[in-house]
Amino acid sequence: MAGVAVSTVINGDAVEYLCQPDEPLLDVLRDRLGLTGAKEGCGTGDCGACSIILDDRLVCSCLVLGAEAEGRRIETVEGMAHGEKLHTLQQKFLEHAALQCGICTPGFLIAAKDLLAKNPDPTEEEIRFGLAGNLCRCTGYDKIVRAVQDAAQVMKGA
Amino acid sequence: MNFDPRYSGRNFSSVGTRPIRPDGVDKVTGRARYGADFNMAGQLVGRVLRSPHAHALIRKIDTSKAEKLAGVKAVITAKDLPDLTNGDAGMYDILDNCMARTKALYDGHAVAAVAAIDARTARQALKLIEIDYEVLAHVTDVDEAMQHHAPLINDAIFTEGLEEKPVKPSNVTKRSQFGHGDVHQGFGAADFIVERSFKTEQTHQGYIEPHACVASVNLDGTAELWVCTQGHFVYRQHCAQLLGLEASKLRVTSSEIGGGFGGKTHVWAEPVALALSRKAGRPVKLVMTRDEVFRASGPTSATSIDVKIGARKDGTITAAEATLRYSAGPYAGSWAEIGAMTAFACYRLDNVKTVGFEVLVNRPKTAAYRAPSAPMAAFAVESAVDELAKEIGIDPVEFRIKNAAQEGTRSSYGPVYGPIGIGPTLEAVKAHPHMKAPLKQNQGRGMACGFWFNFGGQTCVDLNIGMDGSVSLAVGTVDVGGSRASLSLVAAEELGIDYAQLKAVVADTSSLGYNDMTDGSRGTFSSSMATISAARNAIKILRDRAAQMWDIPVDDVVWEQGHAVAKGDKYGNLGKLSLRDIAAKSGTTGGPIAGHSELVADGAGVSFATHICDVEVDPETGATRVIRYTVVQDAGKAVHPTYVEGQYQGGAAQGIGWALNEEYIYGKDGRLQNAGFLDYRIPVCSDLPMIDTQILEIPNPNHPYGVRGVGETSIVPPLAAIANAVSNAAGVRMTHIPMSPPRILAAIEAERG
Amino acid sequence: MRYIRPLSIEDAVGQLARAVGPAAILAGGSDLLVRMKGGFVEPELIVDIKGIAGLSEIRETAEGFSIGAAVPCAVLGENAALKKAWPGVVEAAKLIGSKQVQGRCTITGNLCNASPAADSVPALVAAGAKAVVVGPSGTRTVAVEIVPTGPGKTSLAKGEIIEAILLGKRAAHSGDAYLRFIPRTEMDIAVVSAGVNLTLDEQGVVKAARVALGAAAPTVLLVEEAAEALIGRKLDEAALERLARICSGACRPIDDKRGTIEFRRKVAGVLARRAATTAYARAGGK
Repeated sequence: MAGVAVSTVINGDAVEYLCQPDEPLLDVLRDRLGLTGAKEGCGTGDCGACSIILDDRLVCSCLVLGAEAEGRRIETVEGMAHGEKLHTLQQKFLEHAALQCGICTPGFLIAAKDLLAKNPDPTEEEIRFGLAGNLCRCTGYDKIVRAVQDAAQVMKGA
Repeated sequence: MNFDPRYSGRNFSSVGTRPIRPDGVDKVTGRARYGADFNMAGQLVGRVLRSPHAHALIRKIDTSKAEKLAGVKAVITAKDLPDLTNGDAGMYDILDNCMARTKALYDGHAVAAVAAIDARTARQALKLIEIDYEVLAHVTDVDEAMQHHAPLINDAIFTEGLEEKPVKPSNVTKRSQFGHGDVHQGFGAADFIVERSFKTEQTHQGYIEPHACVASVNLDGTAELWVCTQGHFVYRQHCAQLLGLEASKLRVTSSEIGGGFGGKTHVWAEPVALALSRKAGRPVKLVMTRDEVFRASGPTSATSIDVKIGARKDGTITAAEATLRYSAGPYAGSWAEIGAMTAFACYRLDNVKTVGFEVLVNRPKTAAYRAPSAPMAAFAVESAVDELAKEIGIDPVEFRIKNAAQEGTRSSYGPVYGPIGIGPTLEAVKAHPHMKAPLKQNQGRGMACGFWFNFGGQTCVDLNIGMDGSVSLAVGTVDVGGSRASLSLVAAEELGIDYAQLKAVVADTSSLGYNDMTDGSRGTFSSSMATISAARNAIKILRDRAAQMWDIPVDDVVWEQGHAVAKGDKYGNLGKLSLRDIAAKSGTTGGPIAGHSELVADGAGVSFATHICDVEVDPETGATRVIRYTVVQDAGKAVHPTYVEGQYQGGAAQGIGWALNEEYIYGKDGRLQNAGFLDYRIPVCSDLPMIDTQILEIPNPNHPYGVRGVGETSIVPPLAAIANAVSNAAGVRMTHIPMSPPRILAAIEAERG
Repeated sequence: MRYIRPLSIEDAVGQLARAVGPAAILAGGSDLLVRMKGGFVEPELIVDIKGIAGLSEIRETAEGFSIGAAVPCAVLGENAALKKAWPGVVEAAKLIGSKQVQGRCTITGNLCNASPAADSVPALVAAGAKAVVVGPSGTRTVAVEIVPTGPGKTSLAKGEIIEAILLGKRAAHSGDAYLRFIPRTEMDIAVVSAGVNLTLDEQGVVKAARVALGAAAPTVLLVEEAAEALIGRKLDEAALERLARICSGACRPIDDKRGTIEFRRKVAGVLARRAATTAYARAGGK
């Protein structure tokens, strides 16, 4: 089985890799590129822990082949902070204690970033439905929703 | 150790504040390393072959073809994990569960494993392993398994706890009984009696992180294990015993843990990974798939419970009785016993009797899930309590207040209570605006109480002071929900320094003494006690060093607000020495400054909660929506209130999922049909409302700060609170959990006739 | 195993037709990758059709809309004209999986996956949608309901690809709606579902109707008797009752992990009734 050579852009940086034809992008990110921020909670698109943004579209990286990333742009949680400055969502997740175990947090942050990019002033219901593809088993979602609400207010004012 | 654990009623400056957790930045930037985020040079990929049968004799396993496949470095079966348990039945069950020895006992039971150079090769190798099974009759339902004609899962099991020793083996492992008084007489004095039977289906903790480990066994008998676990010291003991290693030569590092809730308290994959590594001579990484997590880790018991409660017209309960049947999977545990202990723990009863039967079934070995066994018992009891209040015509909150246990009450499971929170949580609920909020059509309100014991256990903490005055705190209880933050607050409080001056870490098994698991809500309770003790030991040394620096007797030095202060007028010109001042000189005053503590944290305070829930039921489809939810729980003392709220909210959300939709569904073939997050339906964000919390603080007399465990009790009341709410909304008593739409609709239709 | 990304439909058809082992078409991958992960399929050839010109576009034509086979469902919701014309189809497409899944999955894939519970299919059937099938022997246009023939099975021949789904122009006084029942609010597969498409006359009397049920039989059911029950009437209580009864009766569901026969029967009627009410209001009926 021949490897597929892929040139792509991850968090603004040009990246090249070889992957198997059937290898999920999640495995490429984690096992070949050392980007372990995206997590595998299910591998079947049911938990959102592997969420990334692919050409401005929120997707589960477990449901994308590594080979498909050719010529595209990928954003992962590792690209959210800039230098010493956390993204507002990251800061608000910390302040609101929107994480307990933290395994779902990268996925939630990416999904929330995508949500606020498309809807800067969401209602609570829009946040809840917008984040329904990300499972959290620790928090009951309460503090996550509050963190996103707070971040939206701050980002609107920025 | 001259450590006094009694509650001292002090004022706090750090404890009770809400700083950002020390592990937070790593977790929001993706840098935190969980079980599957760690790799070793030259590591192989481990994969497990699992039984497709619910119950089958393993006649023969032929691994020769798999062994010959290029890239396969080791294939193991039970033969590679010889029995070293030396008559320890519990350990033998763990061994058999890790790798089936003579029989596959459930769909998903491990029967062989491979280590190969990559995942593809490992998967191919599994397909080449040939197993000759003799399929046996199976049983997955708890009530059916108790029938005398049921297929026998283990013919060496004879029911314990019966008056006469049984002559025939049985799927019932144990009968347990608790209570006092005379229930027969008590029911005779009752004006009203409610008697009901209930069922609850099996659920899973549903942690988002699958089990994962990296094992490396060296030729010299030493080994390393990186693993997501709630208790790396316990994993070390179990793995060392099963592999024949010396415990202290097996270094276990607990990764960040992506949820456990009791499910990561048992070894499954770890001994297998170690055995593969030993055979292959290389490190092995073994990560379960989500399908494997559901099929082959440890879900809860399924239960079948009968409850009978009688009361007088004035609302006094005269007798309470319950028979509780809990499935255990194919191995004995103590699940029914715990259920029988907790069932009536909220109440002050003169006549009470509970009998538990633990039952073997062809399902995965039951594991703890947050206050294990208590939610099911509470569902049955609190449903019957609600119904009885209705029959008497008394408000359900008033009825519970009237019968609530209090300090001095002899509990239904034996001990006499000290100061407890059940009464205060009920009074808080009674006064809560939620109870008075109007309801619309098809909406109903329910409330219920819950109890959990809480545990203490063996605990060890190291506190090291750097020469710059910063402090590192090494704890051995795995941080499952923010305990590094709360323990840092406790250390800051004791030392009188700023929280930011501290960093707490979870130490590996070679760097710290033994610690029990983070279970039984003991993480913050026990490790805070040890942290206080360690800090006080450090303060002794700090005082001693200050005395040296001042050249005065140590007895004249006291520790106040982070400073050594010379006591007495004669030292008026000495000023104060800060922790930093003393630390800076430590190299010349006797070397490093540290405080250690090793203790058994006795006296965990029991915990009570009362929840209120509003639901709306669609009478045409049976769909239920939770529209408002309130948790009131006693924390003893909330060290980091935000994370206490988080425990309350998380437990409530898990309880809501359990109450409404989560269940293991087995086919007639005994195979699990919904081993994934698509059809094992845990609540999503849009399913839930905000979950309001109210923290009560009734100090635990056995902890210096009054702390009680807070992690588990929050999952105990929701099943019953929601069942009571749904029953009120739909006009029909729901007795089967989960109250999935088909069950609710069927109940509504049956009621309509 | 090979992964290819042809740039023309002819090339894709040729590659598929010539494939020796099992071959799979990849658009959104939300079904294919799950099946590969579970070991249920091991394709020798994966044909990614997203590089083919036009397949990732929604075109508005004189006849209506042409939705390319590789258009993610999320994009349907961002097309204002499509949303206005076929709100039922768009809401069905936007119910599949999660936001993450909608960013990848396609209605063509949903159709070809041939699950009886596919969310977009009852809505497409009710809408009278057609599929443009390109194959080694040319192009044919078929009603979508003939594509799935049973769970996991389609009428597509080796080498055939659906290039686009066609939706007609929205007639005056017409509207559609889709509803499904799931135990949670998101992330579930339909336990049972109903799509209704209605055209009214000036007085609000139903002139034409199509009623389709999902997860009620091995394939999506087009319930003609239910349509007949509505035609020639306003959507009064009696008509809705009759619709519900017919839909419940038309179901041939199974008991499974997602629901019971009784539940599906009963709720099929409830959903048909509710969807019809919404479709009627969207058509301007009062």
